Amino acid sequence: MSVKPTKQKPGEPPTTGHSWDGIEEYDNPMPRWWLWTFYVTIIWAIGYSILYPAWPLVNDATKGLLGQSTRADVAAEIQAYADANAEIRTRLVETELTEIAANPDLVQYATNAGAAVFRTNCVQCHGSGAAGVQGQGYPNLLDDDWIWGGDIESIHTTVTHGIRNTTDDNARYSEMPRFGADGLLDDTQLSQVVEYVLQISGQEHDAALATEGATVFLDNCAACHGDDGTGSRDVGAPNLTDAIWLYGGSRETITESVTYARFGVMPNWNNRLSEADIRSVAIYVHGLGGGE
Amino acid sequence: MGILAKHKILETNATLLLIFSFLVVTIGGLVQIVPLFYLENTIEKVEGVRPYTPLELAGRDIYIREGCYVCHSQMIRPMRDEFERYGHYSLAAESMYDHPFQWGSKRTGPDLARVGERYSDEWHVDHLTDPQSVVPESIMPKYGFLSNRVIDGRYIRDTMATHRIVGVPYSDEMMEAAVADFRVQADPLGDSDGLLERYGKAAVRNFDGQPQLTEMDALIAYLQVLGTMVDFSTFTPDDSR
Repeated sequence: MSVKPTKQKPGEPPTTGHSWDGIEEYDNPMPRWWLWTFYVTIIWAIGYSILYPAWPLVNDATKGLLGQSTRADVAAEIQAYADANAEIRTRLVETELTEIAANPDLVQYATNAGAAVFRTNCVQCHGSGAAGVQGQGYPNLLDDDWIWGGDIESIHTTVTHGIRNTTDDNARYSEMPRFGADGLLDDTQLSQVVEYVLQISGQEHDAALATEGATVFLDNCAACHGDDGTGSRDVGAPNLTDAIWLYGGSRETITESVTYARFGVMPNWNNRLSEADIRSVAIYVHGLGGGE
Repeated sequence: MGILAKHKILETNATLLLIFSFLVVTIGGLVQIVPLFYLENTIEKVEGVRPYTPLELAGRDIYIREGCYVCHSQMIRPMRDEFERYGHYSLAAESMYDHPFQWGSKRTGPDLARVGERYSDEWHVDHLTDPQSVVPESIMPKYGFLSNRVIDGRYIRDTMATHRIVGVPYSDEMMEAAVADFRVQADPLGDSDGLLERYGKAAVRNFDGQPQLTEMDALIAYLQVLGTMVDFSTFTPDDSR
């Protein structure tokens, strides 16, 4: 119930003018710092909406007097770095791949830039140390056992077009037949050829079966893996005589490989990376230790 | 204090107070609501963006069900570092058929807006089954059980119908063929001409490498299409956007 307020006493601030159940409220002004902050925010908002993109209209939005645009900003920032590196990157792209090694400054730049590209794009499969994942089909890039070739041009081609992907028509391609699953070899021949592969890779094997397997190998496998089993880089057929295995070299995994075949895929990077980046990462990988 | 003194008239007259309160709320509401009617003009027209195929849509549902969005965003911001790491910044049109969108801002894992075709299907199977086997530093949980869950697409038509209600342009023909399209996309030996004709560019592969059609197929089909619809070699950004 509102009643008439008591009279203002001398020295006290005025009241709001009403009293509820005998309780009155002083009418103190807002603190000055608060009021001014409030006014400044209003002025700021008006200024901002004039200078920057703000108000939605029917077909568009106001552009703002400063013409600021996030897209233009990021494009300019990217361009600034591109310009700063333009000279060396142009040289990197224009120099013959095989002659880059003769230019220490290009090698230094490419190795550093390539390391960054590698860490961003390649480590998910090849590992942060480039050692791949043993036995799972992700190749180790540190050794000198290359499936598609380890010279700088081969590495460059592999990175550019990838392997067995469906997104680049120039991807490296080969397909091992599924000798077991598709009935190209019967169970006896299969176990014979597995023993033979164990033999040429210097592992424990059944000598009798392996001798039989040699014939099976020559008839079925030698066309790609070579008569001596050392493989062929033209068709990405791995060397079977060393101790380095992409999917594992035990009796079980070799049997699985011959039965179901393998079909490792690497993406092409020509749609994601610039030519300079591809060359950089190729040089980086080439320089890891196994480069030829 | 002229106008403030007159405020007392409003405060002591219930009907007037109601009318003026309504006016204030109306103005506030219009300012907030009207721009939403012009939302379309914030989406620039780009070529290549199509609705998800039935299998990809099912994969998207699995992505949401498993809470992938809790750790992974799907929005590359216009900044140089993101451009360098993930690729071209995301465009509004690229998620115009996403209901709800998966933009997010929480990145415990990397952004996935352009993960499509970045890794092989086999890598995705290995990685989803045991992430640490390929990326030892990863803290992602294992999702190998997806390989054991066989799906047949029996509800996919209903899902597509729901998406159609909120504006995804699934045609009657697409709806008719939903279940067939769903199955044929993971079957490289099947007749996928109809699917490709209806949806344009779509990957037809046995995504998980198993004979059965599983949730793993659907999820990988979805992941492999993310960010691949727009061809950025022919795209010119409009700076006013």
